[in-house]
Amino acid sequence: MEFDKILNLGGPLLLGAVTTVQITIAALIMAIFLGLTFALVKLTRFRALHWLIDIYVELFRNTPVLTQLFLIYFGLAYLGFKVAAFPAAIIGLSLNGGAILTEVFRAGLGAIHHGQREAALAVGMTPWASLRYIILPQTWKITLPPLGNYAIALLKDTAVVSAIAAPEIMFYARNLVTSTFETTLVYVLAAALYFCLSFPLARMVERFERRQSAWQ
Amino acid sequence: MKASLLHVQDLHKSFGSLEVLKGVSATLERGHKTAVIGPSGCGKSTLLRCINYMETPTTGHIYLDGELFGEKEVNGKNIRMTEKELARQRAQVGMVFQGFYLWPHLNARDNVAIAPMKVRGMSKQEAYELAENMLAKVHMSHKVDEFPERLSGGQQQRVAIARALAQEPKLMLFDEPTSALDPELVGEVLKVIHELADEGRSMVLVTHEIRFARDVADWVMFMGDGTIVEEGPPDNIIGNPQHDRTRSFLRQILEH
Repeated sequence: MEFDKILNLGGPLLLGAVTTVQITIAALIMAIFLGLTFALVKLTRFRALHWLIDIYVELFRNTPVLTQLFLIYFGLAYLGFKVAAFPAAIIGLSLNGGAILTEVFRAGLGAIHHGQREAALAVGMTPWASLRYIILPQTWKITLPPLGNYAIALLKDTAVVSAIAAPEIMFYARNLVTSTFETTLVYVLAAALYFCLSFPLARMVERFERRQSAWQ
Repeated sequence: MKASLLHVQDLHKSFGSLEVLKGVSATLERGHKTAVIGPSGCGKSTLLRCINYMETPTTGHIYLDGELFGEKEVNGKNIRMTEKELARQRAQVGMVFQGFYLWPHLNARDNVAIAPMKVRGMSKQEAYELAENMLAKVHMSHKVDEFPERLSGGQQQRVAIARALAQEPKLMLFDEPTSALDPELVGEVLKVIHELADEGRSMVLVTHEIRFARDVADWVMFMGDGTIVEEGPPDNIIGNPQHDRTRSFLRQILEH
């Protein structure tokens, strides 16, 4: 009896889980791209760009992600750009994550002694080669723990995009509650689903960290 | 007539309002070794760092093998090279730093082999063979697989020397290569540099090791306050200095 119920509720929730994973992966990739790019731009001498990046980072770090999502979803629609919930969710979480990871990568790049780059230039590497072969591999190692923690937080924070009706786990959960009134069971199942996604990810990050610390 | 290997022409360098080099000129012939000595802050390291454009001189020029270094002439005016052009020139000059600056994510072999691979486009096999030869030269064959953190300071510096040698450079620059070392490790590094000098390599050596400078160099420059106070063969400058500043510096440093 209970088992049947779980099966009936599980289907839609699993469907939501697929969306959750898709949003997480897409937003993570975009956030890493944005964060790394902006952190690297901050190493250049273009003062005006530093300024713009600082504004972006502070705006997104000091407002709730839910507010940001509403602004993107409803705000853009108000301006005449209709964005569907799914891409709007990815855009919102990417921009939010980009601001967080800009700081993570900036700190990671800053932790590397300037002599590392000098030695690379001295052997005849271009600045680009020095970045590619000397600086980034070291930055990667330093930023991996915060990056992993961010990925885990992101996976759970995708729940917030149900607020703009992106069809992920919590969106389906709420619909199921309205139609079946199985409030507790539905949310227990949703929580279990998040746990099943997050726990292996956390272990993976842990293992990655251990392997990376072979040198140092 | 062939041009000198290195020609430094009236070099000035300021950091903000602080003038660190106040007009330094020098020439180095092939196979020769110049030691630069002088008190801290006299500009000797800055001079060395200007030679391969780690610092851009405020005015003045560097010529390597008769070729303008770090600058190019465009419409009759000298402008700074692009980073790509500069990298190609820097590859001809090996530099050894006070702080070693080995790359911690690479083992000794890769530290030495990466520039030959990525800068000169050698195959991995060729580059590894070269790296192992260079590591043998600095007596580090037994540590090719070690990562820098597992090496002593003296061993790290020897790997750093091998890394510079793998560039097959025309000129080697040593920037106080033993100043960061524990006293008991200085000897092994000086020994390696001495062996390189004996091979007839051209080098400019900034050092506080006065006795070593006297042994290895064929020319000594004493710098003070951004200029060359006096220069000449080591026996003259170290053995019989003419200037009060040189004398008091040598007295201070040799008493210890």
